[in-house]
Amino acid sequence: MSILLDKDTTFIVQGITGREAVNLTRECLDYGSKIVGGVTPGRKGREVHGVPVFDTVGQAVKHHGGPIDGSVVTVPPAFTKDAVLEAIENGIKLIVIVTERIPRGDVAEMVELAEMRGARIIGPNCLGLIVPEVCKMGGIGGPAKDAAKAYQPGRVGVMSRSGGMTTEISSSLTAAGLGVSTAVSIGGDAIIGSTYAELMPYFEADEQTEAIVIYTEPGGRMEAQLAEWVKDNNSRLPIVAFMAGKFMDDDEMKGMSFGHAGTIVEGKEDTATEKISRLEAAGIRVVERIDEIPDVVKEKIGATA
Amino acid sequence: MRFYEFEARKIVELAGIPVTKYGFCTSAEEARKVAEEIGGPVVIKSQVLTGGRMKAGGVKFADTPDEAARHAEEILKLEINGHMPRGVLVDPKAEVKQEYYASVVWDGTAKKPLMLFSDMGGIDIEEVAETHPDHVGKGHVSNLLPVGDFEAKQVVAATGVTGSQLNRATPILARLARLFRDNDMTLAEINPLAELSDGSFVALDAHMEMEAEAVGRQKKLLRKELQIAEDDTRETYEPSDFEKNVGAIDAADHRGVIQGKDHGFTGNLGLVIGAGGGSLTLTDAVRNQGGQPANYSEIGGNPSVAKACGLAKEVLEKDGVEKIAVMMSIVSNTRVDIVARGVIKACLELGKDPGETIAIFRIPGAWEEEGFKILDKYGVEYCDRSVSMWEAAGRAVAKIQGAPA
Amino acid sequence: MAETLNKVFIDVEVDDSIRNDAALAAKLEEVCPVDIFKDAGGTVEIVAENCDECVLCKLCIEAAPADTVHVKKLYDGTELS
Repeated sequence: MSILLDKDTTFIVQGITGREAVNLTRECLDYGSKIVGGVTPGRKGREVHGVPVFDTVGQAVKHHGGPIDGSVVTVPPAFTKDAVLEAIENGIKLIVIVTERIPRGDVAEMVELAEMRGARIIGPNCLGLIVPEVCKMGGIGGPAKDAAKAYQPGRVGVMSRSGGMTTEISSSLTAAGLGVSTAVSIGGDAIIGSTYAELMPYFEADEQTEAIVIYTEPGGRMEAQLAEWVKDNNSRLPIVAFMAGKFMDDDEMKGMSFGHAGTIVEGKEDTATEKISRLEAAGIRVVERIDEIPDVVKEKIGATA
Repeated sequence: MRFYEFEARKIVELAGIPVTKYGFCTSAEEARKVAEEIGGPVVIKSQVLTGGRMKAGGVKFADTPDEAARHAEEILKLEINGHMPRGVLVDPKAEVKQEYYASVVWDGTAKKPLMLFSDMGGIDIEEVAETHPDHVGKGHVSNLLPVGDFEAKQVVAATGVTGSQLNRATPILARLARLFRDNDMTLAEINPLAELSDGSFVALDAHMEMEAEAVGRQKKLLRKELQIAEDDTRETYEPSDFEKNVGAIDAADHRGVIQGKDHGFTGNLGLVIGAGGGSLTLTDAVRNQGGQPANYSEIGGNPSVAKACGLAKEVLEKDGVEKIAVMMSIVSNTRVDIVARGVIKACLELGKDPGETIAIFRIPGAWEEEGFKILDKYGVEYCDRSVSMWEAAGRAVAKIQGAPA
Repeated sequence: MAETLNKVFIDVEVDDSIRNDAALAAKLEEVCPVDIFKDAGGTVEIVAENCDECVLCKLCIEAAPADTVHVKKLYDGTELS
């Protein structure tokens, strides 16, 4: 059916009165998402596109009259940790952190508390997640009518370190008639709430999902972790990967940082080439161009059908 | 952000870890004085942000203060791997009984700091981990709970170290873990951690790196204790004017993010591209189709018109740039119309015709219809999502190489 | 050398009838996310350098009496309503 979100999911927006949050709130409401409140300390009583604003998460929960499922956090980096801890300690189980440039130590603290409390964090530095025609949490896909162009319900789960590429990949799957079950922009930082391997069990348990497409870059061990997970769990889901940033293998580019905070080329281990062989060894097909993805997915779904 | 050895020593000292009676000197005379105070054989070490100091002659021993002054004089003028020293460290020559290794790094998979300890210090830890794994102890610390001494003790004991050595090494490793967390480090390493002939432990060399995102909140350590100037960023390479200018525009406006890099790029096609993943993909696509980028860039988040304009102007003003390609992966929170306004304004403000100067505009997504209206008005060639990033890059390359539009 | 251009894409004007409405001046300054409106001691002032930053959110139009705030899209000749 989908992962993490369904038609009944309720959520709040923390930092709702900010420039980006005002925009994102409008988009999610137009998409049909159930935003039940917003939090900006000091602005209780205001409204953003009809959504009531509160000083605290607790007030929003009380007003809702029961547990709230999620929160989209757009609070600036110096205050994000406090906002996320507040959400977790007020019973929120799914937290999407849009904010970027949060110090790693803060992210690690949030992630550890989430784990202790049975909550899940997506991000930070991400665009959120979307279940086509059901719910969107975050700026992913943009305004409702733009999101509808790229995201049609279907059979493929999408995970991407890059927000924009989540939509680009999903758009190619939609155009090819495959559609998307759930798409998750997992965030570009060195430490994130949910890696590919950590989300795989959800997709594995989702009947609607028949294949996975991931977008990846050099740097970090997330792809290696995914390859290990696939082998250890005998996954039923064929996976196709697109990797960008191969130009960084060139000598004159070494030592510079490109793309997301987590993408720093530090010797052969983490280069695009090494990663590609590691993925292919686990049966994950790596493609050179985005437009190749749908055909390879069709081939792989056909093979396991 | 990287630190010099003399700064790293100060950092560990502030954390309560024993250091030698070292002196940081910027002249031969200062070196002489420190050597006199130490009153014995010393080591003079160049303070540069690069390795290979020993090989290049940047580390010398001296038996007398005069000799110390002479070595300091030479080393202060010695360039190592393109770096000139900030100064020299004058260290008492230690009588070492044994060398250990202690560090704390991030484990991105476990999402926790990881303590590392070995009783085979002084050499490459990666090699030791491979050849003598039972001589390397590892242990994570929580991000939330205070670091307990016992956690460090467990890691040290795992290497077989016991007795008074265990009791001396334990608090040092624990304090290293605490300073790693408190000071937002991405690497905190002491190699070697030396056991001296009198049984005391001392950090003979230290290596620290702080996360760039955290620099803004570590003012006390950076500005007060270490007296590092705000513009002293210690980049791995010297940013070009283009990179600095784009950085300044980005810093001055909190709306959206822009970045520009041109190290290693010498082409004629300016790239105004995004977002992070899109930029990587598009740069690959341009190069793989024979194009010559003049730069790399990233537009992310929801930039203001001024920010988009600022980036485009900087790219257009680079030597040799004839046209720019404005391309992104499908955007959700970046507004197509805002970027269109920005890049067109850049052309207008530089007295250039947007239609001629922008080789292709390919940004599908949020507010694209509004964007298309603006692009139509100014005669800019654009394409929608039905044209892949690969194809759009190809069109830009074809255009700049003179193919008919 | 390069010059800075204003009001290339968007022009914002307010009718004289509301220009000196102090409460409205304060409200417009508060709601606009890109600081196009300034409350100049109880008078509505338009900040020319910020007009091209307009995000077409219409919060200003919603805050003011009908047809008193004019947000003009210079690239297609229409007005926001």
